Amino acid sequence: MSEAVEGAPSEAPRPGLAMAPEAWLRVLAPVVIGLLVLGGWEWLVRAREIPPYILPGPIAIAQALVRDWGTLSASLLVTLKTTGLALLVAAALGLLLAVAFAQSRIVELSLFPYAVILQVTPIVAIAPLIIIWVNDVTLSLLICAWIVAFFPILSNTTVGLNSTDHNLLDLFRLYGASRWQVLWRLRLPTAMPFFLAGLRISGGLALIGAIVAEFVAGTGGNASGLAYRILEAGYQLQIPRMFAALVLVSGTGIAIFLALSLLSHLLLRRWHESAMGGGERR
Amino acid sequence: MSAASLVSLRGVAKRYATGTLAVRGIDLDIAPGDFVALLGPSGCGKSTLLRMVAGLAEPTGGRIAWPGGQPSARDIGFVFQEPTLMPWATAQANVALPLELAGMPRAEAASRAASMLARVGLQGFEKAYPRALSGGMKMRVSLARALVTKPRLLLMDEPFAALDEITRFRLNNDLLELWTAERFTVVFVTHSVFESVYLAQRIVVMAPRPGRIHAELAVDAPAPRGEEFRTSADYAAHCREVSQALAAAMAPAAA
Repeated sequence: MSEAVEGAPSEAPRPGLAMAPEAWLRVLAPVVIGLLVLGGWEWLVRAREIPPYILPGPIAIAQALVRDWGTLSASLLVTLKTTGLALLVAAALGLLLAVAFAQSRIVELSLFPYAVILQVTPIVAIAPLIIIWVNDVTLSLLICAWIVAFFPILSNTTVGLNSTDHNLLDLFRLYGASRWQVLWRLRLPTAMPFFLAGLRISGGLALIGAIVAEFVAGTGGNASGLAYRILEAGYQLQIPRMFAALVLVSGTGIAIFLALSLLSHLLLRRWHESAMGGGERR
Repeated sequence: MSAASLVSLRGVAKRYATGTLAVRGIDLDIAPGDFVALLGPSGCGKSTLLRMVAGLAEPTGGRIAWPGGQPSARDIGFVFQEPTLMPWATAQANVALPLELAGMPRAEAASRAASMLARVGLQGFEKAYPRALSGGMKMRVSLARALVTKPRLLLMDEPFAALDEITRFRLNNDLLELWTAERFTVVFVTHSVFESVYLAQRIVVMAPRPGRIHAELAVDAPAPRGEEFRTSADYAAHCREVSQALAAAMAPAAA
């Protein structure tokens, strides 16, 4: 076949670190707003002479963050461990159960309602029970965070596994593919973007679950995560320290989201629309 | 049944679970090396017929026989209306799929896929992902995948319907070139009179509701056909004849 091929791949290599003016604006605009708000906050606190136990200024909070970094960073590590482990277990179990659902309609029909029940029951309401039932505090916190993080991964992955292209399924059938080959080479790759979207939601939820459980476990627990520091600082009217812990919680949430977004981008950038960014699309 | 047939359909019918009769009373013999076009309006069951020949659907009546022996998974190639490529796999990996599913070692499957890609004019695009390819190029990958197992029978379900006319003409020529060189058997579903006359040796005109064979016409123009055939009086005469048959097939439905 000698004829020239119509069209040509239009993929120009995307610029790496060199950012377009648009991209700079995207970074700069929120930073400017942030600085303005912080400046206004500091000014308000000073001008009105608001005492730090009502509302500390950003500078006082930053000072507290630096001063108490020793205890705060130790607590951050505890919360991070709970969150990360819960997310990992949620991802593994969610994926496994979704595959079981996709393989057997009966398994899906009989178990899915219970997954929903687990999801819709507020974690604050069941956390005390779990903490009573499970002797190990670390484990009970992990279970709470897991319960919250589990469902988005399960439901997203299930949808993904079931949205396989029918023609591709026919093609696999035509070539006599085994059930395992269909799962491994067709259904799982199809479900990948859905799984990763679920993981991104669950990352934030795992942190929320961990913090909520820590709050419920409270001072009774011997684990000392960030929520425990917030409670403790509240009792002691150490409001700047309370804010510092809060900053760490938010920062952790943002970091988790960014890390999972990056993971998703790296895994999908070659083929999936969601990870292609701007530029020409076909 | 003619013993020389590759596949032979006798009284084949398909009734869907919903009760709709898709096709009935289909008698059709396809000889090795034939290029048969199934031509008809949408809803005449030509895709259903193709899926039954492929073994993707079971007939509810009649029988489909393979005088030369039941085909194995590698004996049939199928090209869908859409390119139907795996978006996460490169062009080469997509083409290698049928071989890998059959258990061929990766390296060998990859080299066969690469040479098949070259055969359809896609040398240099082995590592390209489907998203980076144009519609025509994706269809070429799909064609390469269907041919990589060296099938005896190539089934094509309106493969070029979604392409622009210029690209379609080019792919028609390339398909004819491949067919002339390899002489596999082709059953080509289309709703275009012009495409069927240009490509096929035999045109089976189907009538709708329920789908059935209305007429069979031979296109005795010599192979290889090229662009000059498209503008010849012979081509125009065949098109007129086939158009009339198609109009007659649809007449009761239009009334």
